[in-house]
Amino acid sequence: MDKNMKMQSINLNAWFGLKQALKDVNIAIKPNAVTAIIGPSGCGKSTFIRILNRMHELIPNAKLTGQVLLDGEDIYAKDVDPVMIRRRVGMVFQKPNPFPTMSIYDNVAAGLKLTGAKKGRNLDEIVKASLERATLWDEVKDDLKKPGTSISGGQQQRLCIARAIALQPEVILMDEPCSALDPIATAKIEQLVVELKQDYTVVIVTHNMQQASRVSDFTAFMYLGSLIEFGPTRDIFESPKNPLTEKYITGEFG
Amino acid sequence: MLNSYRFRRYKNKLFFALCLACVIIAIVPLVSILVETVVRGASQINLHFLTANVLQGGIGPSIQGTLIIIGLTSAIGIPIGIFSGIYLAEYGNNKYASNIRVINNVLTQVPSIIVGMTAFGIIILYVTRTYSPFAGAVALSFMLIPIVARTTEESLKLVPNSVREASLALGVHKWRTTLNVVLPASKSGLVTGTLLGVARIAGETAPLLFTILGSSFFFQGFNAPMDALPLRIFLNSRMNTAEEQAAAWGAALILILIVLALNIIVRVASRGRNFRWTING
Repeated sequence: MDKNMKMQSINLNAWFGLKQALKDVNIAIKPNAVTAIIGPSGCGKSTFIRILNRMHELIPNAKLTGQVLLDGEDIYAKDVDPVMIRRRVGMVFQKPNPFPTMSIYDNVAAGLKLTGAKKGRNLDEIVKASLERATLWDEVKDDLKKPGTSISGGQQQRLCIARAIALQPEVILMDEPCSALDPIATAKIEQLVVELKQDYTVVIVTHNMQQASRVSDFTAFMYLGSLIEFGPTRDIFESPKNPLTEKYITGEFG
Repeated sequence: MLNSYRFRRYKNKLFFALCLACVIIAIVPLVSILVETVVRGASQINLHFLTANVLQGGIGPSIQGTLIIIGLTSAIGIPIGIFSGIYLAEYGNNKYASNIRVINNVLTQVPSIIVGMTAFGIIILYVTRTYSPFAGAVALSFMLIPIVARTTEESLKLVPNSVREASLALGVHKWRTTLNVVLPASKSGLVTGTLLGVARIAGETAPLLFTILGSSFFFQGFNAPMDALPLRIFLNSRMNTAEEQAAAWGAALILILIVLALNIIVRVASRGRNFRWTING
């Protein structure tokens, strides 16, 4: 166990029913850095990221063995409440999923209201700060009462990021956050990801290798549930050690 | 070639004609019920008829009783039904729940006279010891709960999982996610299904025969018989004088109007509140 790491998976194995999705994955995630997980479809990258905030266990028949450490403590220890882990490790999903019944304002405030964390705090200020942080404030400041689903897909995704930020998590997980977005919206999110690492630890899953090389400091390449190679992004893309990584990077399969 | 084309066009028209004929066959009795009820019932309706008790030739107690029984049944049946539906939709991924689901579906089909006998055998014989509006409401709840439970389950299941995940990933507890995120998102389906369930039980007669019996007078407490529109229709239609039988038609018209009103409320309540689960842009 490395004390300098924000999160760490140790000998992590995961199953859906009898099908093994992860095999002995050991990844250490550095604080205030962006770690990208890349690999072809079905390689287990989404499974891995969902394990980091205990969303994995919501799927029926999902099992796992091994440890996941957050600040050195096992988040799968018996007395740990998954709800408390999810407050510290936020998540942004593949498809923008703002709450359909809530306004833009309420979407950002929802986490604070529904977790009871808003006591004695200025909701307006937090909502404004979170939207500013997600570079969405200028676009929606006059429409805060409008439904969260009324804005464009890219804006919705930044709204989801603001919603996660509002709870001031320590880690932000992003599960292919740009796969449903157009190139311009994607560029905005990528820029945002790079900015976010000042305050947060970011883990991003992507099937877009260029994206990983643009935004991340570290890259993990996964294949068929195993971690093939992990290291500084530059090394992975410029001098991969494993021939499989090289094949994937150069587009020979994937 | 041409002949076969003509023949196909002919078959096409034949099929349409068949459908149309069946629709007409289905509509004729419905329309005739409505027309007959309006023609025979409308002449009955005046202020005295609506407000006087049965002995004075009115149906005031029946209207009052129906409103009381609808209110009581809703108060008992809707919460139990909704929470049962939540269990089935949100916690129902197990063997017990699938058995409950089957039983629930059977319950929605149970003949209402059996519901009435059951309520009589349980509530009246052992709890109230007398005919009682409470027993009537319990009997009708037996019918309302499965309807509401199924409606709730179906509405909640229409809410995509991504919405639940969004909330859970914020560290919101499951119960709050269900109450504050999932339930509001399925509101229109819930309101529609529940009100249609209420409209359906508003016209039930058999359970009330066993439980509130019928009465000529206005509400006399929870330990006394009470009247209701469907009961009044049944009782008066078997009476001897033309006036009494005519009053049954008047009561029938009022009952149809109440059910119609519930349906109109459903229309208004569900208008434009359906959320689209797509992403813009």
